[in-house]
Amino acid sequence: MAKVTYIEHSGNSHTIEIANGLSVMEGAVQNDIPGIDADCGGGMACATCHVYVKEDWFDKLSKKEDGEEDMLDMAFEPNKFSRLSCQLLISDELDGLIVSLPSKQG
Amino acid sequence: MIKTDTLIIGAGPVGLFCVHQLGIIGLKCEVVDNLDKIGGQCIELYPDKPIYDIPAVPECTGEELTNNLIEQIKAFKTNFHLNERVEEIKKVEKKWITKTNKGTEFESSSIIIAAGVGSFEPRKFPTKEIEKYEGKEILYSIKDKTLFKDKTVCIFGGGDSALDWAIELSGTSKVVLVHRRDDFRGMQASIDKANQLKKEGKIEIYTKYQLDSVQGKEKVESINIKHDDKTIKEIKTDYILGFFGLIMQLGPIAEWGLNLDKKTVPVNTESFETNKEGIFAIGDICSYPGKLKLILSGFHEGALAARGCFKYAKPDEKYRFEFTTSSKTVKERLGVKE
Repeated sequence: MAKVTYIEHSGNSHTIEIANGLSVMEGAVQNDIPGIDADCGGGMACATCHVYVKEDWFDKLSKKEDGEEDMLDMAFEPNKFSRLSCQLLISDELDGLIVSLPSKQG
Repeated sequence: MIKTDTLIIGAGPVGLFCVHQLGIIGLKCEVVDNLDKIGGQCIELYPDKPIYDIPAVPECTGEELTNNLIEQIKAFKTNFHLNERVEEIKKVEKKWITKTNKGTEFESSSIIIAAGVGSFEPRKFPTKEIEKYEGKEILYSIKDKTLFKDKTVCIFGGGDSALDWAIELSGTSKVVLVHRRDDFRGMQASIDKANQLKKEGKIEIYTKYQLDSVQGKEKVESINIKHDDKTIKEIKTDYILGFFGLIMQLGPIAEWGLNLDKKTVPVNTESFETNKEGIFAIGDICSYPGKLKLILSGFHEGALAARGCFKYAKPDEKYRFEFTTSSKTVKERLGVKE
C-alpha cells in the first residue's frame, strides 16, 4: 500500500492510497483523477498516461523498460522527469510518491 | 448514397470479425475507418508485437492477426472506406443516414461502432501560437513534397517518419532535424543514413531540443528551439513538420446523442445496442459491468451485435441460429466448396 499524490496541471492535488501491485495509472483511473487518459489501457502503446515524477523520487523508481522512452517521444511536452504511469507499479517503497500531470495528454 | 444493411465504424480486429458474423447470417455491410489502412490499433500501434491471448492462436503479431481476419472475410467482398471519418449520423424514418468527412453517404438499418478509443489523429505541437500556421507552414503529414523544394524545413520527431522525410527532403531542401533526446527510435539504417548526411553537411541535427516558439507575421519566419539545459536557439525556416505519431480522439462520436461514460459507450450485454435503437457498440469503445478490453471479448461482442442487427435489416424474417460446420446456407455465403 502506498499513498500517491497526483497534482493536476491546475494545481489541484489528490492524495490516494493504492494497493500494491496496481500501477500509478490504474490508481488514477480507478479514483477518477482527471488528467490521465490511459487510452491503450496500460500496454505502453499510447503515451496518454504521461506524468512528471517529482525530482527526488525519479531515481528511486524502477528504470524504464525498452519502449517506454520511445513512447515518451509521443507524449505531450515530455521532460527528463517524464514517465508513463502505467509502468510504475505500486509497492510499499513508493509511499509518498508525488507525480504532476501535464496540461493535457495529447 | 450507398445502401447497406449495417455500417461498421472502425476496421480494427473487432470490426473485421463483425463483418464475418454479419456475413454468415446474410447481412451486408460497409466499413469506414479514418486510418489509411485496415487493422486499427493492431496495425497502427503494434504491428510487430506478438499477441498471446487470441483463442487457439498461441502467438501472432498485430499484422498477422489483421491479415488472417481479412482472409477470413474475403468471401463477403466488403467495401472499406479508408481515410474517412464518420462525421454525422441522423435517423430518417427507420434508416440511419451517415455522412463522412469526404462526403460519402450511407443508408443502413443499423450502425455498429467498433471504433476503439476513437479515430487516430496526428499528435500536434504543444506550443500555443501554432494554430494560425497549422495546415499551411506547420504540417503533420506530407501530401506534396514539391512544396518544400529549395525551402528550409524543420522536422521534429525521432521515429521513422521523421528520419525518412529528413533523408528524402535533404536532396532538394535545407533540412533541420530536431529531436528531444539523443537516441532515435527509427530503423538503424535510417539513423546511420541521417548521421552520414549530417557529416556531409546535408542535414543539420539538433538533439535534446524541443520547439519553444514560432515567429512570423503572415507566414512562419523562424522558430526558437529549447535545449534540455534551457538554452534557446533561433532557426530561420519556411516549414515545420511534426512527426509525433498518432493519438486516439473520440471525435464526432461524442456528438451523436449516445450515452457516454468517460470515453466509452454503455451497452446492454444481450445485443450490445446503445441507448439509440439500431446503434451498437463493440470492442474497446463499449462499456458494461465486467468489460475487459481484450480482442477476444470484442469478437464475442461482434457476434451478438450482428444478431442484434438482423431484426432491423430483415424485420419480417426470423433469425435462425446455425453452425458453420453444418449449415449449407452459411457455407454458400462463405464460398466454401463441398
